[in-house]
Amino acid sequence: MKRFWCAFFMFWPIVAVILCWIAPGQNWWFPRGPSGTGAAMSPLGERIDDLFYMILMITSVTFVGTQVALGYVLFTGARRSDTSHDAEGAEKTWFTHGSHNLEVMWSIVPAAVLLFIALYQMEVWAEYRVKDKFPEEVRKGPQAEVTARQFEWRIRYPGLDENGNPLELMPDPQPTDLYTVNDLHLTSGEPVMIWLRSEDVQHSFFLPELRVKQDAVPGLVIPVWFEATKSTEYSLLCAELCGWGHYKMKARLVAEREEDRLVWLQELQAAQNDDGVPDAGDASDDE
Amino acid sequence: MSTATPAAEASHGHGHHAHVDDKLALLKKVHTFSTDHKVIGVQFLITTLLMLLVGGALALGVRWQLAFPWESMPFFGELFAQQGGQISPEYYTMLFTMHATVMIFLVIIPVLAGAFGNFLIPLMIGADDMAFPLLNALSYWFMWPAIACFGMSFMFGGGPAAGWTSYPVLSAIQQAAPGSGMAQTMWLMGVTFVGVSSMMGSVNYMTTIINMRAPGMTLFRMPLTIWGMFITAILQAFALPVLTAAGFMLLFERTLGFTFFIPGGLVVNNADPTVGGGQPLLWQHLFWFYSHPAVYIMLLPAMGMVSDMMACMARKPIFGYKPMVYSMSAIAGLGFIVWGHHMFTSGMNPALGMTFMVSTMMIALPSAVKTFNWIGTMWGGRLEFNTVMLNSIAFVSMFVVGGLSGIFMAAVPVDIYIHDTYFIVAHFHYVLFGATLFGVFGAIHFWFPKMFGRRMNETVGKWHFFLTFIGFNGTFFPMHLLGVAGMPRRYADPYLHPYLEHLLPMNQFMTICAILMGFAQILLLGNFLISIFAGKECDDNPWHANGLEWSAPSPPPHGNFPSVPIVYRGPYEYSDPAQPEGKDFWMQTEPPPTSS
Repeated sequence: MKRFWCAFFMFWPIVAVILCWIAPGQNWWFPRGPSGTGAAMSPLGERIDDLFYMILMITSVTFVGTQVALGYVLFTGARRSDTSHDAEGAEKTWFTHGSHNLEVMWSIVPAAVLLFIALYQMEVWAEYRVKDKFPEEVRKGPQAEVTARQFEWRIRYPGLDENGNPLELMPDPQPTDLYTVNDLHLTSGEPVMIWLRSEDVQHSFFLPELRVKQDAVPGLVIPVWFEATKSTEYSLLCAELCGWGHYKMKARLVAEREEDRLVWLQELQAAQNDDGVPDAGDASDDE
Repeated sequence: MSTATPAAEASHGHGHHAHVDDKLALLKKVHTFSTDHKVIGVQFLITTLLMLLVGGALALGVRWQLAFPWESMPFFGELFAQQGGQISPEYYTMLFTMHATVMIFLVIIPVLAGAFGNFLIPLMIGADDMAFPLLNALSYWFMWPAIACFGMSFMFGGGPAAGWTSYPVLSAIQQAAPGSGMAQTMWLMGVTFVGVSSMMGSVNYMTTIINMRAPGMTLFRMPLTIWGMFITAILQAFALPVLTAAGFMLLFERTLGFTFFIPGGLVVNNADPTVGGGQPLLWQHLFWFYSHPAVYIMLLPAMGMVSDMMACMARKPIFGYKPMVYSMSAIAGLGFIVWGHHMFTSGMNPALGMTFMVSTMMIALPSAVKTFNWIGTMWGGRLEFNTVMLNSIAFVSMFVVGGLSGIFMAAVPVDIYIHDTYFIVAHFHYVLFGATLFGVFGAIHFWFPKMFGRRMNETVGKWHFFLTFIGFNGTFFPMHLLGVAGMPRRYADPYLHPYLEHLLPMNQFMTICAILMGFAQILLLGNFLISIFAGKECDDNPWHANGLEWSAPSPPPHGNFPSVPIVYRGPYEYSDPAQPEGKDFWMQTEPPPTSS
């Protein structure tokens, strides 16, 4: 029975490792998304994934090493207890209070590894959040303002001027602004910025395929930048408990080429300015 | 001085049933306002075991919804009595809020500090009772107003629904959630009562451990359980006031119109715009300033107990006793400067993210040192694979997973993605259930003979362990994968989002494992209750352990020891070749050969 328990404790880490190994093939891994592979759909997201895999590698080695060590001490300990401690010729229990050298070793090595992990992460974090490190492209201003509320995302875009170019997004709503709900259109292939706000409680702006997450905090306007590499639709959802309907704050991010986005904005402007009263000149349009 | 008198009186007083009555001495006082630390310990233990069932049932509600969304829940559905047993989204938020609340405030913290802290501290340091017995009793009885408040919160609109973290604005404005009315106020009062209870215990433990150790019980001869309890008590004393203050601020905000956390101009659920200049992040800072150290409050005593059980069952001294103590101290010290890692995506200053990342990474170090020392303790030992040992090994094995997954979320960039996903849920269940609760299961089996003079049934104990371990890993390991797949926490219906649809079968598998695990707890409870009356009788030191508690009668009488014990050595002198009688244990109270 002792051996059974030793094997039992070794069995489950093996299952765990196998499970993680087959997970990507079973689609139990990063959301496959538009790429179909599970790779992040943004450059910064790819670097986050790289960091994830680096940590996964370090922790896997540690995990396997620790479990093997555990297995070794369990099996040898079980063997030792086959005979009673005072039996003739019994294998002696190792009487020790520890080892200074080992303690030093297994303090310094993990400390160095952990410090390395921490320092190695700094750059990506700084690029993601520290304003001075934001890419040049996003400094000209946000493309939209996303305001979370129970339980939807309200989005405000700046209106277009006479030439069809977007105006600058003002902190306060303007008469020319354009609005959508749960439908965020941004330019693909270049870094873009949004302002994130909340109208009521905390929410969190979560784009899983792009590896973007930022809480929307009432009273704060938080700039968030990211870059969608591919022109397509992405999931947008809430990641901070915001009430009973938390799960249904479902929206989409449509990343598209700048010219497509401008066309879409024009249509939005036309729809929004349409007062429903037929113009004399537009009579033929109403047919 | 006749310290033996109480024991003698007790057995005389009960006449010819003395033998049986003695064993039930603690149980018989369990309903009374006793100031005996052992009775209070047993009171805490029984209360928390009952609460474990409540918290588990709430968790099964959560799991049911995730596996079979919007389908009527059999049996428990009747209790929910909403839409024919269907769990509504409102109710779902209340279920996970109260699951966490019950498990943290009414199970894990009180079972460690309340039950085992109370029962073991005086016994293990050779004191006759706690320094402040009355305060000690009050600490138990203050649990009941808390339980009442939490229970009553269900009657006001269905229970608090802002998560156990209760972030304002959601928890601060009545209109924000169905449970944010009176229920949230009751919840805050419940937390305050639990806090008062913990604080009374904490002051008491510190005083007792500092002042009332038996002669010869130097600090570095204390069992690691006592170190764990001592450090926990210090953590509580310094962290709890912050939570209590934050709780009162939120209470005042809700009831008296103060504005600490609510900014002005919010329109919540079509109510009038809010007035004020509060800052919601303030709550998160205050809350986590307590609640991160609280994670260690929920872990350190279990670490200590597992060390004691493991040394005994491996018949070997603790490997690196002092590094173990220093590690626990380091965890406690660092534990105060890592709270910001719960807030990486909260919008706080990004520079803070970097500092909290470094401190959080560093707290993994003492945890690693402890893990290596536990394996070192078993290394070269003569292992006994009984229920106590199995649960202790499980503690180490699971703690490794919980510790390693913590590194992912300590790394800020990676945390951006996994924050508030099921990866986090997996992580803290591996620490709090995988580590702490397995430690507690082991401790129940280990110290049960001291409480009731009988042993718990080994076969049932092993079955309980086997099923719980399988059920636990089946439930919680896949959560890592769900997290990587981007499934957010606290979603009543994740499958609304197309990229999560395919995760339903995995969630169903996990729920089945959770149900298995839930039913396995009946074995523990049955074993516990039946063994009190019908367990195999045993002597005062059934495990051949060294600690002072094993030199007292089982159960120890009022006053614990027949005479003041004198301590000659540390608690881990197992298999010492110098032991004069050739035994593989050497009790702390046994005089060395020279003095005999």
